[in-house]
Amino acid sequence: MALSLKIAALAAAAAFAASTAFAEGYPDRSITMVVPFSAGGPTDTVGRLIAEKMSADLGQQIIVENVGGAGGTLGAGQVAAAEADGYTILLHHIGMATSATLYRSLAYKPLEAFEYVGLVTEVPMTLVARKDFEPTDMASMVAYVKENADTITMANAGIGAASHLCGMLFMQAVEAPIVTVPYKGTGPAMTELLGGQIDIMCDQSTNTAEQIKGGTIKAYAVTSPARLDIFPDLPTVAEAGLPGMEVSIWHGIYTPKGTPAEANDRLSAALQKALADPEIVAKFAELGTAPSAAADATPAALKAKLEAEIARWKPVIETAGVYAD
Amino acid sequence: MDLLSNLGLGFATAASPENLLFCLIGVILGTLIGVLPGIGATATIAMLLPITFQLEPVSSLIMLAGIYYGAQYGGSTTAILINMPGESSSAVTAIDGYQMARKGKAGTALAVAALGSFFAGTVATLLVAIFAPPLTVIALKFGAAEYFSLMLLGLVSAIALAHGSILKALAMVVLGLLLGVVGTDIYTGTQRFTFGITAYADGLSFVALAVGVFGIAEILRNLEGEQDRTVLGTKLGALWPSRADLKAMIAPMLRGTALGSALGILPGGGAVLAAFASYTVEKRLSKTPEAFGKGAIAGVAGPESANNAGAQTSFIPLLTLGIPANPVMALMVGAMIIQGIVPGPNVATDQPALFWGIIASMWIGNLMLIVLNLPLIGLWVKLLKVPYHVLFPIIMAFCSIGVYSVNSNVYDLYAVAAFGLLGYVLLKLRCEPAPLLLGFVLGPLLEENLRRAMILGRGDPSVFLTRPISAGLLVLTLLVLVVVLLPSVNKKRAEVFSESD
Repeated sequence: MALSLKIAALAAAAAFAASTAFAEGYPDRSITMVVPFSAGGPTDTVGRLIAEKMSADLGQQIIVENVGGAGGTLGAGQVAAAEADGYTILLHHIGMATSATLYRSLAYKPLEAFEYVGLVTEVPMTLVARKDFEPTDMASMVAYVKENADTITMANAGIGAASHLCGMLFMQAVEAPIVTVPYKGTGPAMTELLGGQIDIMCDQSTNTAEQIKGGTIKAYAVTSPARLDIFPDLPTVAEAGLPGMEVSIWHGIYTPKGTPAEANDRLSAALQKALADPEIVAKFAELGTAPSAAADATPAALKAKLEAEIARWKPVIETAGVYAD
Repeated sequence: MDLLSNLGLGFATAASPENLLFCLIGVILGTLIGVLPGIGATATIAMLLPITFQLEPVSSLIMLAGIYYGAQYGGSTTAILINMPGESSSAVTAIDGYQMARKGKAGTALAVAALGSFFAGTVATLLVAIFAPPLTVIALKFGAAEYFSLMLLGLVSAIALAHGSILKALAMVVLGLLLGVVGTDIYTGTQRFTFGITAYADGLSFVALAVGVFGIAEILRNLEGEQDRTVLGTKLGALWPSRADLKAMIAPMLRGTALGSALGILPGGGAVLAAFASYTVEKRLSKTPEAFGKGAIAGVAGPESANNAGAQTSFIPLLTLGIPANPVMALMVGAMIIQGIVPGPNVATDQPALFWGIIASMWIGNLMLIVLNLPLIGLWVKLLKVPYHVLFPIIMAFCSIGVYSVNSNVYDLYAVAAFGLLGYVLLKLRCEPAPLLLGFVLGPLLEENLRRAMILGRGDPSVFLTRPISAGLLVLTLLVLVVVLLPSVNKKRAEVFSESD
């Protein structure tokens, strides 16, 4: 008894010493940012842009490591199992919330395995069609889709991808079953849309903005609550008569469970500073998105977002009966 | 004259001292990395991406492009010298290139590969400059039905890759197809043959498979006995191709370039077919098809030209549509976005200096590569003199690093070990690994596009025949089948005639 008390006291003292030492020195070496998708993709781009700016503030290099595979769950699982010392962080998107339902045998529990740093950005999606698709605006498009439901095809980037979720919401909204065609990622899906092999698709503005500007595809609405600066004429889904179809690919930064609060707060401060940087604002704008506000780039805001989104997508995915494992 | 002024702008951009320097750095890095077995262009570009933040957009893209085609050159070097292809295209080079090396003609094989690549690079760069927009239109005409028919053509041609038993080649293709099935089915989300290992949810790694069945298997074979060990070490032979060699490579080089340029523009995996297709064509047209697989020059010149031409023209979908044709192009997109240039249909008009600068730099880079590589051949060949007990551990170490670096996935290393053993068994059974590799690469594409075409066609299989490009490819497939079976038909006929005499 006396011994175990002694051990406990020692452990507490050690922990205290560690945490104070932590607060002073963190970070004193480079940090690994795991991006659970392959290099070059939109999430990787967001990660690399933000990592560079955060490095400047932290005074230590943040190294981006791509651990792709299994819809981002491999990389997330790796971070969940990593040492909770603040030197391994995870940049993940909406997939963090959907994977909780899509994968029935995850090695980690999304709500329990992580600490939170903050939201990074919410990338809006756009509802687009091949350039010679008949309807001219959202209202006529909904009518057209209802009328021709059995000939229209809709692309997505695979089971559980944001484009798939957005497509499910669209079908619920127009109350018409459309044939959906999965692709391996939005790149090939976009190629087929450009070639007119497929009719409609829901994809993030990062991928569609340049094509819309170039007139190679037609845009009908954005899935954000407000119109986008780059497309002031493009209505929101609510304005176009499809309320409840709002969906964004939100990105957040996480650390393994048990990471000291000092580290998370330090990272959060660096994140907020990075997001306010004019260069980040400008580069995000070119991607058709905006950095999250400082109030959202906090541990509490990200935690609330993850909880709300898991609750939101659970019934959608379960109703559709699609699982990724 | 628009083209001339555009090219002028391109060369003015690419030939600035700074950009020349980055082009040179890119091709040197690419060559070095390509020469390290297992480490491919994808891993290299991913690792170097952060460095490009500090550079001008044009310079960084020129450097990345240089790494890309530099690695293609370097990859052929390992394929020829140690039977270790880093990418699907150099798997074909390994077939005859490595045999040439075993016969003491490693220098010739390397020179043929370099010359073929340079020629193809030059032609393909011109094609990109002149025909990029119209070629894009053709690429967009390729839907699921067309890709299915193209992949079918590729698979049927794969049988011709084998020298020896058609049955064994067929078995290898099927084994490749089965290995390609591993992973998540994109249509239902079901995991197939992953045995609950999430690390295999996206399928087996191509690099792991290639390194295993080619390279590791070859190392195992070499460890068998003293006799085999001396084969490479003693005879180095002539470094330069003889006049007869040069003559033998011209036609394959031309045909390979044409094939590679055409297939490279297809964003859905057309480029992987180029080298295989070229090999098949050369073997069919050759007067001495029996020499293939035993060190035929045409079997190196054709596929090398095809693969390099394809590498250049795969820039077309990226530059004109903003759509990446392969993982390396996807990284280039990432690099462009980080630089604040979002690739799309407007890059050529919005950023003419960048667009034409990259095109011009491709040619300059290819020129640098040949100037750099021809003198290096002697050095590479000397590598073969390194004793095996030094060379093999080094190769194994680099393979492991390379395979791991692609996805930071330990399971890929287990796969290398397993495939190494499989490759050794196949060697003993005298089964060719090349058709296996082709089956592995094309199988998933074949299935994906078959099912997509059926979904789009609402379950009506006639889509494959009513779409003209698809129908044309199917007819071609039929022709190849007939040609493959023809020799045996001829033989039987000859027998019948001799009996009736």
